Amino acid sequence: MDAQFAIAGKDFAISVADKKVTRSIVTMKHDKDKTYNLTPHTFISVAGEPGDTDNFSEYIQANIRLYSIRNSQDLTPSETANFIRGELANALRSRRPYQVNTLVTGYDKTTGKASLYWIDYLSAMAKVPYAAHGYCSYFVYSTMDREYSPDISLEKGLDIVRKCMASLKQRFLVDFSDYVIKVTDKQGIREIPMSEL
Amino acid sequence: MSIMQYNGSAVVAMTGKNCVAIAADKRLGQRALTVDMGFDKVFPMTNRLYVGLAGLATDVKTLHDRFRMHVNLYKHREERTIAPKTFAHMVSHMLYERRFGPYFVEPVIAGLDDNQQPFICNMDLIGCPNFPNDFVVCGTADENLFGMCESLWEPDLGPEELFETISQALLNAVDRDAMSGWGAIVHILTPDGVITRELKGRMD
Repeated sequence: MDAQFAIAGKDFAISVADKKVTRSIVTMKHDKDKTYNLTPHTFISVAGEPGDTDNFSEYIQANIRLYSIRNSQDLTPSETANFIRGELANALRSRRPYQVNTLVTGYDKTTGKASLYWIDYLSAMAKVPYAAHGYCSYFVYSTMDREYSPDISLEKGLDIVRKCMASLKQRFLVDFSDYVIKVTDKQGIREIPMSEL
Repeated sequence: MSIMQYNGSAVVAMTGKNCVAIAADKRLGQRALTVDMGFDKVFPMTNRLYVGLAGLATDVKTLHDRFRMHVNLYKHREERTIAPKTFAHMVSHMLYERRFGPYFVEPVIAGLDDNQQPFICNMDLIGCPNFPNDFVVCGTADENLFGMCESLWEPDLGPEELFETISQALLNAVDRDAMSGWGAIVHILTPDGVITRELKGRMD
């Protein structure tokens, strides 16, 4: 029952993830950050089986950072996404696969372009302008289909985020009152507090 | 619904006179939910050989990566590019290796051989190959594609006629399938080179 979605513009990308950790009908935690910074310009947000999400994300985070240290160079968003897909695909056909849905959000310093990769737990991957995972996709995709255009500004992007949250609040059974909202652009990754949205 | 229908796809290949065409839709979905309208399912292996992969999207990616690796290794080892027939048998072998835990993908192979003669081939998910001399189809719209190809295809079509035939066959097949469509891509392989065209389709 996680809610996560993201939007990529020309030179920025926004990712939104809820903060709830649930087990059956119980909310275990209200303030879990489900995003992980991989490089100064690339991060992922994860949803799925609670143990798997942490375990897999930390494994990916450590390996991407190790690459940066060893090579004195960061992986680009597309390289990062392909690495994550490869690891997830290998695990898929192992004794115990990870049940993790991922959104890779990044800004490429060399090309000056932002990108978003959608990867599901089967490790199907797609480079998309906007994406969502889980039940929340049935609510936010229609809003993003209507509002998105490739040349949107950051302010317009945040406006779409506000509209998506409003439709979740109005129509979705679960109340996600709090979200982590992260933006990446040429200045790097920053978090936008809910109070400033 | 089987895992082969989870993401949705439609791939078709046709022979012509000294040319061959391969086309696929562009949808990636999760059952009825469309996620991406620009998902490639047809990949160049050499400049005379294309492979189309219909089925589970994760295995489309995995197999594309593995095919590319083996084709590159072949090129280094043999100092020549792989022939379509050789490639088809390699694909068949790679799929049958996983006989009891298969990749959920049905490949379509289209290429021109050394004598510029068209070669097409398709397989089931465990690598049983077929080498017909008219057309091959696979994916969630395969039955529709069979009907369209059966009525539109004729022998010895030139590159432009072949393009029209394969485009009409694919577009009209996917319009009656809810799991595939959302645009298409067509590659025509001729002795002079490859013509690639993107088709706009119905987006519903």
